[in-house]
Amino acid sequence: MAKSSVAAIDWITVLLFLLLVGFGWGNIYSASYENEAFSLTDFSQVYVKQAYWILLSIVLIVIIQAIEAKFYERFAGLIYVISIVSLLGLFVFGKTISGATSWYAFGPVRIQPSEFAKICTALALAKFLSDMQTNIKLVNHQLRAFLIIALPAIVIVPQPDPGSALVYAAFFFPLYREGLAAIYLIIGVSAAVLFVYTLLLGPFIIIIGSLLFIIGLLIPKVSSLHKERKTKIYLSISLLISLLVICYFVIQISSIKIALDGLHYYIELIIFGFLVTAFGIITGLLVEKKSFERQKLKYSGYIITLLVIIGFCFSVNYIFNNVFEQRHRDRFNIVLGKEVDAKGIGYNTNQSQIAIGSGGWIGKGWKEGTQTKGGFVPEQHTDYIFSTVGEEWGFLGGGMVIVLFVLLLIRLIHLAERQKNQFSRVYGYSVIGILFIHFAINIGMVTGLMPTIGIPLPFFSYGGSGLWGFTILLFIFVKLDANRVNEW
Amino acid sequence: MRKLLLYLIIVTTGVVFIARLFYLQIYNTSFIALSEDNAIKVIYDYPQRGAIYDRNGKLLVTNQPSYDVMVIPRELKPFDTLEFCSILNITKEKLKKSLKKARVYSPRVPSIVIPQLTKDEYAYLQEKMRKFEGFYIQKRSLRDYQTTYGANVLGYIGEVNESQIGKDPYYLSGDLIGIDGVEKKYEKTLRGIKGVKRIQKDRFNRDIGAYKNGRFDTLPVNGKDITITLDTKLQEYGQKLMENKRGGIVALEPSTGEILALVTAPSYKPELLVGRKRSANFTKLVYDTIAIPLFDRGLKAEYPPGSPFKTINALIGLQEGVIDTEESVSCRMGYYYGRRGQKLGCHSHRSPLSMIPGIANSCNAYFATVYRRIIEKYDTPQEGIEAWRKHVESFGLGHYLGNDLSAGRPGKVPTAKYYDKIYQYPKYKWYATATLSNAIGQGEVLSTPIQLANMTAAIANRGHYYTPHIIKAIDGKPVEFENYTKPKSTTINKEHFEPVIEGMHEVYTKGTASFLQVEGIDICGKTGTAENFTKIDGVKTQLTDHSVFIAFAPKENPKIALAVFIEHGYWGARYAGRIASLMIEKHLRDSISRTDIEDWILTHSLEEEYAKPYSGEPFKINQ
Repeated sequence: MAKSSVAAIDWITVLLFLLLVGFGWGNIYSASYENEAFSLTDFSQVYVKQAYWILLSIVLIVIIQAIEAKFYERFAGLIYVISIVSLLGLFVFGKTISGATSWYAFGPVRIQPSEFAKICTALALAKFLSDMQTNIKLVNHQLRAFLIIALPAIVIVPQPDPGSALVYAAFFFPLYREGLAAIYLIIGVSAAVLFVYTLLLGPFIIIIGSLLFIIGLLIPKVSSLHKERKTKIYLSISLLISLLVICYFVIQISSIKIALDGLHYYIELIIFGFLVTAFGIITGLLVEKKSFERQKLKYSGYIITLLVIIGFCFSVNYIFNNVFEQRHRDRFNIVLGKEVDAKGIGYNTNQSQIAIGSGGWIGKGWKEGTQTKGGFVPEQHTDYIFSTVGEEWGFLGGGMVIVLFVLLLIRLIHLAERQKNQFSRVYGYSVIGILFIHFAINIGMVTGLMPTIGIPLPFFSYGGSGLWGFTILLFIFVKLDANRVNEW
Repeated sequence: MRKLLLYLIIVTTGVVFIARLFYLQIYNTSFIALSEDNAIKVIYDYPQRGAIYDRNGKLLVTNQPSYDVMVIPRELKPFDTLEFCSILNITKEKLKKSLKKARVYSPRVPSIVIPQLTKDEYAYLQEKMRKFEGFYIQKRSLRDYQTTYGANVLGYIGEVNESQIGKDPYYLSGDLIGIDGVEKKYEKTLRGIKGVKRIQKDRFNRDIGAYKNGRFDTLPVNGKDITITLDTKLQEYGQKLMENKRGGIVALEPSTGEILALVTAPSYKPELLVGRKRSANFTKLVYDTIAIPLFDRGLKAEYPPGSPFKTINALIGLQEGVIDTEESVSCRMGYYYGRRGQKLGCHSHRSPLSMIPGIANSCNAYFATVYRRIIEKYDTPQEGIEAWRKHVESFGLGHYLGNDLSAGRPGKVPTAKYYDKIYQYPKYKWYATATLSNAIGQGEVLSTPIQLANMTAAIANRGHYYTPHIIKAIDGKPVEFENYTKPKSTTINKEHFEPVIEGMHEVYTKGTASFLQVEGIDICGKTGTAENFTKIDGVKTQLTDHSVFIAFAPKENPKIALAVFIEHGYWGARYAGRIASLMIEKHLRDSISRTDIEDWILTHSLEEEYAKPYSGEPFKINQ
């Protein structure tokens, strides 16, 4: 290991990592200790185990830094294959814990290979994209990249662990950064929005909404054929309307439950219609401006889009009602505010929100959380650890954790951008994507903004495999970054 | 460009999360209560309510254990209602009703289902309790009365009602509170402060230790014992004498204002309002609207004071200098006034009389003359009435006494304004003679027995009184509230009292109560016979006169001052005078020499008299 690369380690990242891990451990202690006597030798205590996992992960960090940076690039393919094999091996040798066959058990030590498969996939993707032969703009190469990403996810889903599989959506980050067309993002987001709103409002309103939207899209197109000078007026009007749209959606999101009953139903429906049309006009204007240079979309394109949307809405409805199991439906219904059963399926989310909500500005104090002490939030030291933060450290503590994560991610973008080596950059964006999706889904779930998807909060949640996985993931990138001084 | 979108996604997510945290933790405040509901069980530790002793240290009220069946509605599991009801001897409907009420009050706070089990019921139910999840038995203490007298003074305790809970957050549903008498007035002293224990629960509702290590827990503070000024022996004797009669006796110690006896008749036994039979008994007492046993006549009944009021007019006459002790006034079976020769009648006695025999013989003409001179001393009758009223009110009449009893009435002393209004001044004029019944304590003047007793104490003290009070000591330490230890002066100079007291003495030696003399005790008194009216079927009908008597003894250094009021007792000395004499002898000597009077009182009943207006038949009065 070259001396210069030790000096080049990004200590800001290391500091953020240590802060998160340290604060996380404090919260795991609070959420799990059973008696007042503090002991670091009582291995039945969760916090003791986590302390050793943390110590060992520091050893891991040192080892990772000691390994030659080129090693990761060179052996990415092999590592990827091993990880797929280890995932497949679960179907034969796996140990089933709370319904999911996701672990290998070696005596008292259990290892969850899916936590490591992310790293391997990130390395493999980085290797593939950084290959001189690869051009992400080619559909053929896009498919190969998707295959690399989808393979582990497909193997993980039937364990069953759909939450961990969902994490593979994280690889959108590097793909997009490396030049994947934005249309994939637009389609993905539109599909998600349509999915949620179809469940909320039923397919017909959404189809009518889509129709209005497309009509809105066409208005500037049609009118530009006649009088092109009026675009400025259109722009100013549509800016005003877009403000309204934003206000409307802010209101919708902040109240979460969308109350549509009685007179409100019709009023909201009309407003909804107007807004969707307006939104369409704005989008239409933007498209119109851009497509001056490129070829113009044909009317048939609009009609096909509408048909696709109609098909999508009905299939969402069908899949939700006929393919999903009740527990999946329940999870969505809770988040959509349609059915709240605080004692049954909604218990976790409800108790977690109570824990966070009762924290107030500064929280109840470390080890003073009544929700935490009473064990009201199941899985609190693992997936729901953030509810302990919220309860005992309040808005300040919870806000600080969020800020730390955002800072870490921004720092990592900064690091990724300064890589001269494409392998390092792709890997860096994979790390960002994985950490981000964990952060977003986990805190979204714990605060009741997203359906219950059981994935851990990086560096915070209890669990050896998880902590090691994230540590290795992050510190390989730190090593790659530190090694950039040797690149040229 | 592409980098920017990724930045934006990350920062937006962070902002949305912080906004969500703000909504959950700061904006929406309901979660704090929800988490307390979840995780904290509050247990109250009820302190012992203080005991009540009488002035001689006799224990009157203490506590006995009682057992309430409590329910926490949200912890209820289906149970065998039939068995539950049969153990407790209640109907299924009643159980359903009280469970519903408990649920409406709060599904998580314990409510009482069946209050105050007997020991036997408790023992039996205790064994079966495990079958009835959500129910538990709470031990509490009930009042245990060591006396059967003085219920009106002691008062009673009962469950707090919603409005009391609303007023004072200390109280929770099912808590006991003093509702009447000393129990009400000294509620805070007697009740103590309940202790609070907060217990941290886990999600299975198991206790997992004290909340915050008991930092917010408090220990119960036991209630303080109080000693009241009542002399139980005198109270008991008074209540015995008042059997079969209606009215009140108030006996004070003039030198302190302490209430020695406060008798109202009819009354009830205090133990009737304890335990499960309380509500049945209470209903019975409340619905007796004819005898109204819950109405403390000693404190609340406003009667015309009658002739005892003449003593006040005599004192005011002397103070205002409109008469002296020498001047005699003639009486021809009454006092004649006005152009049309109206008459204020009087009974037969020798004439003319000066002040002392005037009091002793209760001559109406004498006091009419004195009263008229008082009013007419001033330029207008309005000024006269106001001057007179100020003197009268200085004896504690016409307004609340400011005592520590749970009930009271102000009585009434008419003002000039009052007469202006009823005589429609200035359209019509009115003169002293229009208010002449004030001279003999009839007409517009009203007073309660305790006011009359206090007035007597002021005379006995020769010009001052101490506000009557019932509290003597708290936790054995004498109470020294300034309101009770500072004498209140009347507007009459001290020297004017002697002739009036001499007159009151002669009431016993030569006058209207001479047959009530007690050998060796110098009693001063004044009889009174108060006319009164009621409405029967909307017709104003006169009923048999009230028998009124005020007295104090001994004449020098008086030890007791009292007022006795017997409804429809016909004339002053007949009932009230007899009772007053017996009470005085009982208090001063602890034995009765005039057993003839005692026998007469104990054997005479006024129930027949009281039944007259309700008989529906024509009846004669004053027989």
